[in-house]
Amino acid sequence: MALLEIKNLCARVGEKQILKDFSLCIEEGTVHAIMGPNGSGKSTLSNVIAGNPAYEITAGTVLFKGKDLLKMTPDERANEGVFLAFQYPVEIPGVSYATFLKQALASKMKYLGEKPLDAMHFIKRLKVRAQALGVTDEMLKRPVNVGFSGGEKKRLETLQMGFLEPDFCILDEMDSGLDIDALKIVSDGVNIMREARRSFLLITHYQRLLELIEPDVIHIMVDGHIVETGDKTLALRLEEKGYAGYR
Amino acid sequence: MSKEKTISSLKEITQDTYKYGFTTQVAAETAPKGLNEDVIRFISTKKEEPDWLLDFRLKAYRHWLTMKEPHWAKVSYPPIDYQDLYYYAAPQVKKGPKSLNEVDPKILETYEKLGIPLQEQKVLAGVVAVDAVFDSVSVATTYRARLAEQGIIFCSMSEAVREHPELVQKYLGSVVPYTDNFFACLNSAVFSDGSFVFIPKGVKSPMELSSYFRINARNSGQFERTLIVCEEGAYVSYLEGCTAPQRDENQLHAAVVEIVVLDDAEVKYSTVQNWYPGDKDGKGGIYNFVTKRGLCRNRAKLSWTQVETGSAITWKYPSCVLAGDDSVGEFYSVALTNHYQQADTGTKMIHLGRNTRSTIVSKGISAGHSNQTYRGLVKMGKKALNGRNFSRCDSLLIGDKCGAHTIPVMQSGNMTAQIEHEATTSKISEEQLFYCMSRGLNSEEAVSLIVNGFCKEVMQHLPMEFAIEAGRLIGISLEGSVG
Repeated sequence: MALLEIKNLCARVGEKQILKDFSLCIEEGTVHAIMGPNGSGKSTLSNVIAGNPAYEITAGTVLFKGKDLLKMTPDERANEGVFLAFQYPVEIPGVSYATFLKQALASKMKYLGEKPLDAMHFIKRLKVRAQALGVTDEMLKRPVNVGFSGGEKKRLETLQMGFLEPDFCILDEMDSGLDIDALKIVSDGVNIMREARRSFLLITHYQRLLELIEPDVIHIMVDGHIVETGDKTLALRLEEKGYAGYR
Repeated sequence: MSKEKTISSLKEITQDTYKYGFTTQVAAETAPKGLNEDVIRFISTKKEEPDWLLDFRLKAYRHWLTMKEPHWAKVSYPPIDYQDLYYYAAPQVKKGPKSLNEVDPKILETYEKLGIPLQEQKVLAGVVAVDAVFDSVSVATTYRARLAEQGIIFCSMSEAVREHPELVQKYLGSVVPYTDNFFACLNSAVFSDGSFVFIPKGVKSPMELSSYFRINARNSGQFERTLIVCEEGAYVSYLEGCTAPQRDENQLHAAVVEIVVLDDAEVKYSTVQNWYPGDKDGKGGIYNFVTKRGLCRNRAKLSWTQVETGSAITWKYPSCVLAGDDSVGEFYSVALTNHYQQADTGTKMIHLGRNTRSTIVSKGISAGHSNQTYRGLVKMGKKALNGRNFSRCDSLLIGDKCGAHTIPVMQSGNMTAQIEHEATTSKISEEQLFYCMSRGLNSEEAVSLIVNGFCKEVMQHLPMEFAIEAGRLIGISLEGSVG
């Protein structure tokens, strides 16, 4: 069954058309990767799926679990199970990670009509996930994304993703700014989440990430839409020849 | 005993003092409209006051006649007709709703969001008298006795005038003289009631003293007068106000708070102010003209912490006169304005003694069409050698129709003093909102979280249970501020 179905999507920022007749179908339980040169619209795609109001949709449809995603606010999308791990996570001074995650979980529970987790269970659940990603208690007490290194921020994005247990995860250039050890930790964090009902969309420039998180399908995106789809051998070929042939 | 229990018991005590303050008095009566010497005599007689207090009131009134209402603050409001107001109305038992079902559901929703327990909701909404809920005079008496054992006096101002006239006479007007300013002068002439706190030498108050219920239960807020005296080496933490929305028939409020902090003593004064701010179009709302000041002797410390979300107009500058050597003044403030609210608020740190230190942290949040001004004075006197001040004023704007202004004034009278001032103005960014919302928070939850983060430095100075409620209050006050 299709988890996410994008058809003929067009989107722009200001006057600039970025997504041009973009279509993509992601089945339940699959991992898709999108590769493409700078400026091909990969980050726009992830922002549009998550509902960033800075982008204007001019045509097309997006169905998530059969529901019209484009009619939902960003928080509704999140609570329906969409998660975007940001390329550049945003600072929220004065709000600790623990507080932030507690509020996020409470909002989700409220949306789903469930009772919020009590403090004890919340902390337990958070700590288990945090330890696996090498996130210390001290880090959880610090304000969201303030004063963390690039690698730490990505680990914390992965922690949020694991903690909120979404059905569809978009990882926007998760590998940028990560050294090989950090990349391994983050990849393990993602792999452990792979299961029959959960799907992933990896956005990356490099083959490196795809060696650690093995995708089922790879797409090449150029100039606002997908130009080729294949299996993991596509990434290897790309590594050799670059994007030149697609332009 | 748990902190929570202590607090609720305290509410009983404060309620109890009210009972003493009012119910023993003669039948309810209202002075005629307007202000003249007869009205002041009427007030004084009704309250069975001694001659010296009547004299204090009359002197204040005569001086007030020579004063002009100040208009330097950045607030605008229609002219106030002082002869069109009532200055004395004996407390009356109002006909309230019979059950919570009869209370405006919007108010109940707010209580719910603030996390106020059901029993307390009933009291706040006026469904039942406090006595009916906390029918434990014995507990209150026990606490009163416990405070009294240590020589602590905590009662209404009226009661203090009767029971401890020598203390009131000694300190009333000693920090804020009746000549101080137009509104303080008016208050001195007609003040209705308020709180009196006396902590004797060397005593640390075993609990936080709260004006919470007393203010809510009855309408004494209009010309409130509070006097706190903390003797040598003593300590007290005092809480004023509450997070529940407060309405009052009287639009004009002019309170005075005086604090005397003697050698080596410390006073922590925390306020949550949530008077009715008017509706979303700026109609109605309380005008709040407050004078708050403390006098610190040698090595004394006074700390003001305030969270201001209410009132249509706020005019308020809690100040410290650091008269003694090595004394310390602190001011931590969160002021939040939405819709058409106007706030002109800040502090004055007057350094007179040597090695005096002061800290100012002011966080202003403006939303809607509101306007907010931070107005501060840091003054180093000639003898304030090595005086130090650090000030930080941060403003956060929500939307593009509101305003934030910072007017810091610094005066240094000697070469050894150091004054530092930092200020920032920022907006909640679209990126921050989107980031929070992409984690499942709706726009109101997102704004509330971001604003609470912005205020954290101040909120952490509030007593724990006050801080939690105040955090929720900020969220509620911002409702409707984002599209």
